This record gives sequence, structure tokens and C-alpha cells, in this order.
Amino acid sequence: MDDLVERFLRGERRALSRVITRVENATPEGREYVRQLFPHSGKAHIIGITGGAGSGKSTLTGALAAEYRKRGKTVGIVAVDPSSPFTQGAILGDRIRMQDLALDEGVYMRSMASRGALGGLAPTIDDVVAVMDAFGFDYVLIETVGAGQDEVEIAGTALTTILVNNPGTGDDIQAMKAGIIEIADVLVVNKADHPGADVLVSQLQALLSLAPPGSRRPEIVKTTAVRGEGLDKLADAIEQHRQWLESSGTIDQCRNDDARHQVLSIARAILLERIRAATPEADLQALVERVASRDLDPHTAAEELAAAVSS
Amino acid sequence: MTSPAATKIRVLIAKPGLDGHDRGAKVVARALRDGGCEVIYTGIRQTPQMIAEAALQEDVDVVGLSILSGAHLELFPRIVAELKNRGVDDVVLFCGGIIPEEDTKALEDLGFKAIFRPGTNTQDIVKFVYENVTK
Ligand code: B12
Ligand SMILES: Nc1nc2c(ncn2[C@@H]2O[C@H](COP(=O)(O)OP(=O)(O)OP(=O)(O)O)[C@@H](O)[C@H]2O)c(=O)[nH]1
Ligand SMILES: [Mg+2]
Repeated sequence: MDDLVERFLRGERRALSRVITRVENATPEGREYVRQLFPHSGKAHIIGITGGAGSGKSTLTGALAAEYRKRGKTVGIVAVDPSSPFTQGAILGDRIRMQDLALDEGVYMRSMASRGALGGLAPTIDDVVAVMDAFGFDYVLIETVGAGQDEVEIAGTALTTILVNNPGTGDDIQAMKAGIIEIADVLVVNKADHPGADVLVSQLQALLSLAPPGSRRPEIVKTTAVRGEGLDKLADAIEQHRQWLESSGTIDQCRNDDARHQVLSIARAILLERIRAATPEADLQALVERVASRDLDPHTAAEELAAAVSS
Repeated sequence: MTSPAATKIRVLIAKPGLDGHDRGAKVVARALRDGGCEVIYTGIRQTPQMIAEAALQEDVDVVGLSILSGAHLELFPRIVAELKNRGVDDVVLFCGGIIPEEDTKALEDLGFKAIFRPGTNTQDIVKFVYENVTK
């Protein structure tokens, strides 16, 4: 175990892989790795890439990583695809679109299944990202599950969030809920080789002009990810956002918010585990039956469970 | 953080060489997904290095190669060598596609634990994975 951490800290990729698996599976061993490696994290710039299914997130992620390689930077990638709610299995196919990076020593790409997490990410994403960060990559790119309207979790994990849009889906713009657009730090119009890219840019501009005054306006960047076009501009826009985060002090606020969110959600999980451990299944079932038959309300039942571990 | 994340069997399904027959690989990937595995599908035209590198980065338990072009005796030894180069020496190897019976021995000697040919019931493939991966 310590041997693995040592190999990890020496930069051995196989050790990184092994550690991620333990961390992803949330084993006690995995938690211990997070404990040991967390102090080494906090240096990478974490970028989230979200957008509709098929909008080109994987292709763009690969192309952005290639742009960073040109700039002499190293990149870790985590791409999340959905788990089947019925079988818990998954097909993780994001690698298919990142072939050009396959043999580049400065890039590490890992596929993750969502394993029941809502919001477009995976239950242990924060830990996996922290471990990649600790490994020493300059950038960690996170591709979310193809998002609908309210998969905004990514904004709590990434420092810069990129929302990928496509031309020819203009009708959707009107319907696009504020939520997803509000989390974007950079707006990308990908598939700019398709007709209607400029129309979409002006529609997005109009939408952004409705934002409250004083808030930072996200930049809009056109890309054709399949041809690697527009990636220099995208990397520049990300850099500007990063500089703004730092110069405005927002980055400390972000780190604080993310840490709060993470600590509370882990605490919630620990408490739930303790309650489950302190409550024999028969007792839980008896309580549940009383609620089901309307003999007891769910709040009183839950308080009774929680009382078993308080004090 | 809802339910605790469970340990899952991770399988790499890869198509080496210039072989474009990808139906079988996709059928197998889907069957394993439906069987509860997490399947990383690489797509076609993978070099031995790419396959070994994907196996390393994804930390898979199983590597499955699909080949219908007839180039298995040329490509598979190189893939096994690339895996060894990277210290990936504890994965279960298996394969399928158009593979003549007379090549069985050579592939077994390379470390392939099973070969599935056309007409295989995909349930047998899922069963093989669960029986051969110890988690
Ligand atoms: C459909 C087909 C095509 C389609 C492919 C479509 C596609 N995207 O896949 C098209 C028309 C494009 C095509 C083209 C060619 N084909 Co073709 N094709 C076939 C055919 C008729 C069926 C293959 C198929 O899809 N089967 C259905 C799938 C589900 O079955 P499967 O792949 O066998 O997979 C099963 C098992 O083998 C196993 N399995 C497969 N992979 C794996 C992997 C793992 C890990 C595991 C556990 C199991 C497993 O499980 C699966 C489920 O049971 C076969 C003949 C045949 N009966 O196999 C010829 C065949 C494979 N083709 C052949 C040839 C020669 C060609 C061409 C070179 C023809 C030409 N001269 O242009 C081209 C090459 C194209 C290329 N770029 O590679 C030959 C190969 C000969 C050889 N190897 O010696 C075959 C055998 C026909 C023949 N008898 O000559 N082909
Ligand atoms: N014309 C064009 N096609 C593109 C562009 N970028 C991506 N595509 C294509 O769009 C399709 C989907 O691309 P992906 O990168 O897999 O999209 P994704 O958003 O990751 O998809 P999911 O992960 O399945 O949600 C592929 O066929 C790509 O080749 C682009 O700039 N122009
Ligand atoms: Mg994708």
C-alpha cells in the first residue's frame, strides 16, 4: 500500500491507475489513499466540459488536451458516461474520440461510469480528480455525461466550466433553462463547420445580455473540434477566466464553496452509514411498514432512526 | 454521494489492426454491459501500443480482442508484449471472431483463456467473465 503511494509520487502511471480504481470503488484503502495524496493536490487547473449528448464534448476534450500539449502542459482527463439504471453496467466510449492522444506520455485518460450519481458526474468524482491533481498534471479535464438542463454539479467540481452548444439547435436556446447557462464560464459553439454557427453566437450573446449587471460575462468561442479549429482561442479564453478567478479573489471563494459542499456530502454519507449500522434491518423494516400503512409519518420515523446515533 | 460505489468488473474491448468488422465487438460490449460490467470500447484501428496503453490507463480486469481479418497471429503476440512492457501482467485475456481452430494452441500459449467464434451465445461470454475475474 505505501509502496503504491511511493510509486504514485514517483510518477508511475500504473500506480495512478491502481489508486484511481481503489478511490473510485470507495474502499477503505481508497479513502486512505485520498488522505495521503490530498495534500499534494490543489495545483492543477480543473476544467469541466458539459453540454448535450453528441455535442462533441469528447472530441473537444481531446482537441483541447492536444492544444495544451502544444503549449508544453500535461493533462489528465476523466470522462463520465452513464451507468444503466437496470444492470449497473456501462459502455464507456469516450476514448474513441481521443485517439490522437493515445500514446502521448503527457496525457492520461480515464473513463468513469456514473454509478447512479445524478447531475452528470460519478459518486467519487471529487476524490478521483484530487488524485489526478496530486499526480501533477497541469490541467485536469472532466467530461460530464451528456447533460440536459439541470446537470449543474460540474460547476461545484471544476474551476472553469465550459458549456458546449451546437448550431442548428437554435429553437432549444429559447427553452434553455437559465440554470445550465449560468454555470458556464466559457460558452463554446462547436461544429462551427455546420450552418448557423454565427446565428447561434448572436443568440447566445443576446441571452447573456440579460445577465445581471456586474456579473462576469462568459466568453463565446467557435470551434470545429474534429478539425482542431478554434482550440487556441478556447485555451486563451480559459486562461483569461483563470486569471480573473485569481485577480478577483473568486478562486478562494470557489475553493471554499467546493470544500464545504464536499465535506458536507461526505459527512451526510458517513451519518447514513452509521444509522444503517446501528439499526437492525428488522427494526428498519418495522418502521418503514408503519410509514407505508400511514401509522407513522416519515419525519418522525427518520428522527427515530437518527436518534440511534446521536449523543 | 448517494449509495456507496460498488466494485465493478472493468473490461476493455478492442479491435486491433485494420479490421473494420466491428459488429461482433459491439455486440459483445453490449452483452457485457447488460451483464453488469463496465466496458471500455476503444473503436477500430487500434495498434498494439494503443490497446496496451488503454488497458493500463483504464486499469481493466479483462482485455478482450475482436478480430475477423485473419491477422491475429501477427497482432496478438505484439499486444501481449506491449502489455508486459507496461507491467500489465494480471489481466484476463480472451478473444473472438474469425479464428481458425488450428490457431487455438498458439493463442492459449500466449495467455488467452478463451476464444469465442461466430454463433457464440453472448450469455456464455458474460458467464466466462464472471467466472474468471476474482474481485
Ligand atoms: C458483415 C460482414 C462484413 C461487413 C462488416 C460490417 C461491420 N461494420 O462490422 C462488411 C460488408 C463491411 C465487410 C467487409 C469486409 N469483409 Co466481411 N464479413 C462480414 C460477415 C458476413 C459477418 C460478420 C459479422 O458481423 N457477424 C456478426 C457478429 C455479431 O459476429 P462476430 O463478429 O463473429 O462475433 C461473434 C463471435 O465471433 C464472438 N466475438 C467476436 N469478437 C469478439 C471479441 C471478444 C472479446 C469475444 C469474447 C467474443 C467475440 O462473439 C460474437 C457474438 O457471437 C463475415 C462472415 C461471417 N459469417 O462471419 C464476413 C468476413 C468476416 N468478411 C471477410 C472479408 C474478407 C471482408 C472484406 C476484406 C471483403 C472485401 N474484400 O472487401 C471486407 C473488409 C472490411 C474491413 N475494413 O475490414 C471474411 C474474412 C476472411 C478471413 N478472416 O479470413 C469473412 C469471414 C467472410 C468470408 N467467409 O470470407 N464484412
Ligand atoms: N461536423 C462536426 N462534427 C463534430 C465536431 N465535433 C464533434 N463532431 C462529431 O459529433 C459526434 C459526437 O462527438 P462526441 O465527441 O462523441 O460527442 P459527445 O458530446 O462526447 O457525445 P456523448 O459523450 O455521447 O454525449 C461525432 O461523430 C464527432 O465526430 C465538429 O466540430 N464538427
Ligand atoms: Mg463523449
